[in-house]
Amino acid sequence: MKMNGANALIQSLVDHGVEVIFGIPGGVMIPIYDALYDRKDIRNLLMRHEQGAAHAADGYARATGKVGVCFATSGPGATNLVTGIATAQMDSIPILAVTGQCRTTVIGKDAFQEADITGITMPITKHNYLIKDPNQIPRVIAEALYIARTGRPGPVLVDVPMDMSLAEIEYEPVREVKIRSYSPEVEIDDSAIDEAVELIARAERPVLYVGGGVIASGASDELIALSEKTHILVTTTLLGKGAIPETHPHSLGMLGMHGTAYANHAVHNCDLLIAVGARFDDRVTGKLAAFAKKAKVIHIDIDPAEIGKTVQPDVAIVGDCKEVLKRLVDRVPPRQETEWNRQIMKWRNEYPVVCPNEENELLPQCVIAKIWEMTKGEVILVTDVGQHQMFAALHYKVTKPRHFLSSGGLGTMGFGLPAAIGAQVGCPDKTVVLICGDGGLQMTIQELAPAVQYKLPIKICLINNRYLGMVRQWQELFWNGRYSGVDISVQPDFVKLAEAYGAAGFRVEKPSEVEPTFKKAMEINDRPTLIDFVVHREENVFPMIPAGGTIEEMMVNRPKPK
Amino acid sequence: MQKPIQHTITVLVENKPGVLARVAGLFARRGFNIESLAVSITDDPTISRMTIVVTGDDTALQQINKQTDKLIDVIKVIDYSGVPIVERELAMIKVNAEPSRRAEIMQIVDIFRAKIIDISETTFTIEVTGSVAKVDAIERLLSPFGITEVVRTGKIAMARGAITAMSQVNNDG
Repeated sequence: MKMNGANALIQSLVDHGVEVIFGIPGGVMIPIYDALYDRKDIRNLLMRHEQGAAHAADGYARATGKVGVCFATSGPGATNLVTGIATAQMDSIPILAVTGQCRTTVIGKDAFQEADITGITMPITKHNYLIKDPNQIPRVIAEALYIARTGRPGPVLVDVPMDMSLAEIEYEPVREVKIRSYSPEVEIDDSAIDEAVELIARAERPVLYVGGGVIASGASDELIALSEKTHILVTTTLLGKGAIPETHPHSLGMLGMHGTAYANHAVHNCDLLIAVGARFDDRVTGKLAAFAKKAKVIHIDIDPAEIGKTVQPDVAIVGDCKEVLKRLVDRVPPRQETEWNRQIMKWRNEYPVVCPNEENELLPQCVIAKIWEMTKGEVILVTDVGQHQMFAALHYKVTKPRHFLSSGGLGTMGFGLPAAIGAQVGCPDKTVVLICGDGGLQMTIQELAPAVQYKLPIKICLINNRYLGMVRQWQELFWNGRYSGVDISVQPDFVKLAEAYGAAGFRVEKPSEVEPTFKKAMEINDRPTLIDFVVHREENVFPMIPAGGTIEEMMVNRPKPK
Repeated sequence: MQKPIQHTITVLVENKPGVLARVAGLFARRGFNIESLAVSITDDPTISRMTIVVTGDDTALQQINKQTDKLIDVIKVIDYSGVPIVERELAMIKVNAEPSRRAEIMQIVDIFRAKIIDISETTFTIEVTGSVAKVDAIERLLSPFGITEVVRTGKIAMARGAITAMSQVNNDG
């Protein structure tokens, strides 16, 4: 069928099952937006800033497991995507960014709204393309989606010059993709599985350390089966939350800088660390030389480059976590609870994650614990980045994969609201709750407009401490309380602001108001609700192991003043 | 600490615009040091071949190979560490050559089986091919005469014997 490049692009997306695009048009994107105008099988959600579009595509991908798609125009539109693309790259999230570009005849001549976006995004994409022949469009879109979702997933960008959108081509759907230089399916080395089984059978103090790879590969059932057969307890990274229900007796919650004390003690003292789809990030390990130093290491990852990048494992298994775990479950001998399990339970009793019993003052962690109590992990919880995120990681027990969405690797403030939009669009039948801070929310607050426009009933729980709280916490603990550049008490009235956008707005200042107000929010189904939780300003996240520190330096509570 | 050593790797890539930038950018952002880099098309016009000389310990080299292999346009990374190879580099050296000293320079050129490819009233331009060490040596011996310009291609390398880089591509698809 004859059609122009823009129509071929949209048709290709539809042919590969894309139903939603998050984007904003611009001069060179007009042909592509025109191609969307009459379509019923694919829709554009009009965001208000391209960063929001990229995060929304990311949130959609995290919640659904499908590739999230975002559109932006050339120049500033494309450069505004950069933060969102880098966020997706760091967390291995499959998104496709389509950007407009000035005509091929003027590329390289500093044309109006020209930016070399393929050059700019080279280090933050899994791959990118600049279309130079309109006949390539169907194949490139097919390849881009395939690359984004296979192997270790990641963002792919396709840059489409305007003359490519306008050129007539003969459209042929591309059904099969084969790229000779890219083979995401890796054969699992069975001898490595045997070696791992051997190590597990011999271990006295094993621990499973689980990351986002288990979520990406849909390997939760296999992970739980392995843990139940062997009674090996599981700690997860931030991105691994939900891989095993955190209500499961085998879950130790998150490890690392703000991990639970018992997870960190378990890892510190284990003699076998089984890393599954995790990458030994510095927020997990602290001082590398002291991290799990008594342990042999089994490292399971689909990306061979992760093996030995930070920690040299004793056994490396390259492959999809689901398949690797399945084989391990089949071959590993059953193991009963041992003294080691009881020791970890002792740590758990010694250092429980609890909220202070505070009746008068609203504490951030108590708000989050209350939200958990009221939702029991049934909602999709999205966070922004900062103290509230770590409080959520500690106090909100995630019970299912893809139900805790958070920017981990890049730590992108402003991620929360647009990601929540993406999650709600991808999962219209689920309740989406956003927990965010007042700093991060103001970085992408404009996305309240599409949330209202598309009637997305997101529950925005603003943990408002009028500070850039995480930085303030570090300044308090490590910089003699010199609060430089963190006071953001000059801020809008968020309730009025929500109402100005057409969302519902409530304010909560007392612990007793948390429950009734959150209930009210849960009843509003035709627009977002923002609850401004005015919390104690100087609450800190504990436990905390200082950056680059060891478990000996872990602060379980606020240190006594000197 | 492992000792940093020099490695020669060959990278077969799709012959597409921007691929060199992808490889070079990867090396830069991951902190890998490129000592030399030579790129050209192969007997298959859709494939280009890069010969990259890098320094690093074994762990660093492993990362270099794996990260490079991850680039979508990279077809194959071949590490020649521990493999017998033939390696060559070509250099052009412009050196001061007053008539009184020309015989001396021509002797050096002869010994190195190099060639004088251009001559002026005051200079010779010499072409030399050989191992990196040989090129280093002639450069050192010519320097007392006053070298005014040097250009070197960077090393290219091949495994000895019947094995070819391309055959490894076909084997793994």
